[in-house]
Amino acid sequence: MTTLTAPAGAAPVELDPFIAYAADGTGEICFAVPDAYCAACIQAIEGELTNVAGVRSARVNLSQRRVLIRYDQSADVSGFAGHITRSGYRNFPVDATVDPQHDAALTELVRALAVSGFAAGNIMLFSVSVWAGADEATRALFHWLSALLALPAIVYAGRPFFRSAWSALRVGRTNMDVPISIGVTLTTALSLFETVTGGEHAYFDASTMLLFFLLAGRTLDHMMRKQARSAVDNLARLSPRGAYQLLDDGTVAFVRLADIVPGMRFALKAGERVPVDATVVDGNGQIDMAMVNGESIPLAASPGTSLPAGAINLLGSLEIVAARPARDSFLARMQAYVEAAEDTRTRYRRIADRAAQLYAPVVHLTAAITFLGWLVMGAGWHAALLNAVAVLIITCPCALALAVPIVHVVAAGRLFANGVVMREGSALERMGAVRVAAFDKTGTLTLGTPRLVRQEPDDPALLAVAARLGAQSNHPLSRAIAAAAEAEGHLNVDPIAVTEVPGKGVSAQIGNADWKLGSAAFCNAEDKDGDSASHVWLARDGQPVAQFFFRDAPRSDASAAVAGMARLGVPVHVLSGDRGAAVADVANAVGATNWLAGLTPEQKQAAIADLRRDHGAVLMVGDGINDAPALRAADVSIAPASAADIGRAAADFILTNDKLTGVPFVVSVARRADRLVRENLGFAVAYNAVVLPLAILGYVTPLVAAIAMSSSSVIVVLNALRLRLGAGPSEFAASRR
Amino acid sequence: MSGLLILIPCAIGLGALALLAFFWALRSGQYDDLEGDGQRVLLNDEPLENIDRGQGRGGN
Repeated sequence: MTTLTAPAGAAPVELDPFIAYAADGTGEICFAVPDAYCAACIQAIEGELTNVAGVRSARVNLSQRRVLIRYDQSADVSGFAGHITRSGYRNFPVDATVDPQHDAALTELVRALAVSGFAAGNIMLFSVSVWAGADEATRALFHWLSALLALPAIVYAGRPFFRSAWSALRVGRTNMDVPISIGVTLTTALSLFETVTGGEHAYFDASTMLLFFLLAGRTLDHMMRKQARSAVDNLARLSPRGAYQLLDDGTVAFVRLADIVPGMRFALKAGERVPVDATVVDGNGQIDMAMVNGESIPLAASPGTSLPAGAINLLGSLEIVAARPARDSFLARMQAYVEAAEDTRTRYRRIADRAAQLYAPVVHLTAAITFLGWLVMGAGWHAALLNAVAVLIITCPCALALAVPIVHVVAAGRLFANGVVMREGSALERMGAVRVAAFDKTGTLTLGTPRLVRQEPDDPALLAVAARLGAQSNHPLSRAIAAAAEAEGHLNVDPIAVTEVPGKGVSAQIGNADWKLGSAAFCNAEDKDGDSASHVWLARDGQPVAQFFFRDAPRSDASAAVAGMARLGVPVHVLSGDRGAAVADVANAVGATNWLAGLTPEQKQAAIADLRRDHGAVLMVGDGINDAPALRAADVSIAPASAADIGRAAADFILTNDKLTGVPFVVSVARRADRLVRENLGFAVAYNAVVLPLAILGYVTPLVAAIAMSSSSVIVVLNALRLRLGAGPSEFAASRR
Repeated sequence: MSGLLILIPCAIGLGALALLAFFWALRSGQYDDLEGDGQRVLLNDEPLENIDRGQGRGGN
């Protein structure tokens, strides 16, 4: 990370959004350290930081892979990143909002869980004695004690459900929390009435236990989403937050992205991203456009070249002038497409919500009919109400409410352990329905770095010379030559003095000969085909002697991933912004069904719509800025960890270990999860079909209710745990038949 | 019956104590970093050099 020297204590403007100030003047900043995993890592990072002047405390959180630094006025905030780097760990500042101390919702859930668990346990103590046949006086005492425990616990632990139910009802809708809230409230009210009148049956244990089970499911669900969020946040932020403006007096100053106006001059060093759409005014460089348009071969930039926001300068220093403000730049336009494509997601309704929509009216109607039925048969309103409430309790949405989230939690854990982060449960449901997959080429199916594929003439001596020159350059093609020579054992590591002409090539004197490695014009050669970007020439004393051809090599596991998808019956299409020849090569190499090349971001989006029309639900896998609209337009999407920020934000799943075999694995887990969800829902319905007649006929005592409720919940959870069995991504991709 | 009058407050009191202890643990951040706390057991309380010097072992 680039840092400028800043006055001690004061934070440089680019770190400002990450700092929280306490009342006593100390500041707090959080850095992600994604590679920390052990006790030694903790010691290295904390040891380095606590020795820094002004640091009050530094504490590594290994679960979140973060370090929280508290410091006072005398600290140099901009130096922290450097200190962590010195201790050997990659780092970058992150928002502290996913910190456990700042997660109020989780704290509320865990507390409610503890309170309901305490109440349920103690009430069960009394209930068991009552069921065992306590005499009337003891029973009354135990009912009163149960009520004393249950009432505050239900008011406290039920808040998350009551709140959610109320907010749904207020806008005239219903969700799973509505029947839960009605059930709990009615049960408690009836039990209270029974207690006051010295009745036989009180259901306090049922209502607290119901809350306990539901809160357990909800807490797990919340923790799963939090884990996903912090894992995604821990991926380095790639898009710049601002840029270093060149002032007229020759100094530089950091300008926030939003404050950039056209006409400002900026320095763009090697490795930096273009902050806004800009034009080069001075210097030469090599621009990596892979994220922007899928082009795998870098673009040579010289004065006059216009650069889109998000492209990376690979080589050389450039001076650029902002052409458009950030809000009109390429990145912002892509963001607008992403937002416009939202509706496929919002139109999707989750299985649980669809079940709740059916469930609530049926149960409430049955309870009402039971009440009226008993009344008509002359049972008296007390007995009628008792049986109606028994219907509500026994059909308790417990199993139903746990049926879906518990499967999602288990699936998320399984995926996380295999390097896939799932954003939310509904993504898994959408993934289960996938019929066709679209892959981006550059950076997704391929590594995005060119590889030497052919040399003319095929002379190892010439390769060795080219590699000696190439090893001194940072140009991707030069590095590819050096890498190829090294693989064949031809790399001569003796350093030589080379002259690099940005955008053209390198030259050097070896022995008596004057060698040049670079473009055709640089080497006095003539290009036969128009494909000038994907090969370089080697010239000796001004005469071209060899030509090297490059191709963007597919990832080693790309074929396995595509084959895995084929086995799942999902055809793979390649959608790329790159040239036709390059796309066809890769598509054939990995075994894709079909390919489309030269697509703009809008055309990719349209291609997704076509695929959906022809096949059904579409999975999009992509990494570039230009893929973001397509990622959002598809029914479900996956991005590798190396993807652009905007692509990661648009995707439902992130491959944190960058292994493509994760893709078919996700699809297969999603399908199995889908089956389990349906089994669980089917079980919940079957269970209700069996016990409902009992409840209507008035055979359900508190004992029966307690046993039926807990056993159905346990069965649903055990069924979900089956998802942990089965092959992992590597076995899944490798084996088969 | 009189046994119950002692036993029930005891049972509920112990349960409530456990609940309060859990709240205290939650508030004091003991559940913030379960993985890290497990690893921290392996750290030395003082730097390794000091321990070595204290035991009179030379550099090994």
